[in-house]
Amino acid sequence: MIRTAAILFRKDLLVEVRTLQSLTAMVLFSVMAFVLFHFGLDRDTIEGSLAAGVLWVTLLLATVLAVTRLFVAEREQGGFETLLLAPIDRTAVFVGKAAALFAFLVAVEIIALPAFDILLLQGTILDGMPELLAVVLLADVGLAVVGALVAALGAETDARELVVPLLLMPLLVPVVIAAAKASAPLLAEPAASVHLGRWLLMLTFYDLAFVLVSLGVFDYLLED
Amino acid sequence: MSSPPSSTHETPSNAVEVESLTRRYGDRVALDGVSFSVPTGQTLAVFGPNGAGKSTLLKVLATLLRPHEGVVRVLGSELPGEAWKVRGRVGYLGHEPALYRSLTARENLRFAARLHGVDDDRVEELLDAVGLTRRGDDRIDEFSRGMRQRIAAARAVIHDPPLVLLDEPWSAIDPGAIGLLEPLLGRGTGRTRILVTHDVARGIAEADVVIGLLAGRVHVAGPASSAAAVEAEALFA
Repeated sequence: MIRTAAILFRKDLLVEVRTLQSLTAMVLFSVMAFVLFHFGLDRDTIEGSLAAGVLWVTLLLATVLAVTRLFVAEREQGGFETLLLAPIDRTAVFVGKAAALFAFLVAVEIIALPAFDILLLQGTILDGMPELLAVVLLADVGLAVVGALVAALGAETDARELVVPLLLMPLLVPVVIAAAKASAPLLAEPAASVHLGRWLLMLTFYDLAFVLVSLGVFDYLLED
Repeated sequence: MSSPPSSTHETPSNAVEVESLTRRYGDRVALDGVSFSVPTGQTLAVFGPNGAGKSTLLKVLATLLRPHEGVVRVLGSELPGEAWKVRGRVGYLGHEPALYRSLTARENLRFAARLHGVDDDRVEELLDAVGLTRRGDDRIDEFSRGMRQRIAAARAVIHDPPLVLLDEPWSAIDPGAIGLLEPLLGRGTGRTRILVTHDVARGIAEADVVIGLLAGRVHVAGPASSAAAVEAEALFA
């Protein structure tokens, strides 16, 4: 199953490298959102819960863009038939897609976090590292797992631009709450890791729960 | 490549058996009580006007759609319960080439080969067979419709399946290139073939058995050498 997931993961990365559709949209959206917050809030610097809220709502909405497009190559170019007719464990499709989405999120954050720092934190983001990195990576797992699940649900519908956000955002509320609560003290002046363990634990449980649910139901999502 | 496809499975006398198959899309009945069988190694040609249910029939046999009523047995396995046994033993060539346009021809075939556990030598063999070795590193979106169809045909048989389901396999392919597909999809391969086509004369020439569908029902059926073929030609040509 891991071997098949790796084949799918490599194919998705290759398609993205060639087209740059999801990554470009996610990066541009994130940076533009930070620019708008910079001018909209009319502040050079924000901190604490406001900063955490701005960061995680922006990353959540950037995730929606990627999730909407996650199965586009399969749907619009007919690759679904290749996958469905292959003698593979269909759970591998979920693992491959979730891994690809996770990779997209990490790639976007490599650009978006410095942009967030420059536009809204005035260079203080490093004060909360490496704890912030742990929060980001755990939240990314949740975003990727739930994103892959919802992308499969929306893949076969013509209204996926509507269906995906409507399904995805409520499911990701716990991730945003936990990630924002964990990040708020790390983005405060001075940075501190207050109650960090509790929120990291919540993110871990959320990730595990949705990994198990997804492994259990994904096969049925790809059935006619 | 023209040798009979290898298979470790026991070969049933009928590669495909369909009894009273019904398939609906919502309230619309696409296939209504369809019955036929295809002996192993033979070719069935399916004719009918647009919307008759031909493509739906192929998709049910390919395990892409579930039958709603009736019995469907493919390569000895009953669908949908044993669909997992059938996947990987069927080659499917839909009426759209269904390739990743941003990947090259070679990358598309390698992707399919790896999903089927086939090594890369087979990819090169098939690129050569469809006359596209020199274009193997070109992206699919740079290919003409006919060239895409040739790559899709190569992908359909990359795992050397004993049964191929072909939906308008010659569409968009120029007459000179049709011969390239013969070693992959032709009668000489020994594969059981189910062929959907609007080219009735060619379909009859390729087939051992023909059926004609009208509004999801079998309207004519019989050997390709019988009066049924004549009636099919009169109805659908």
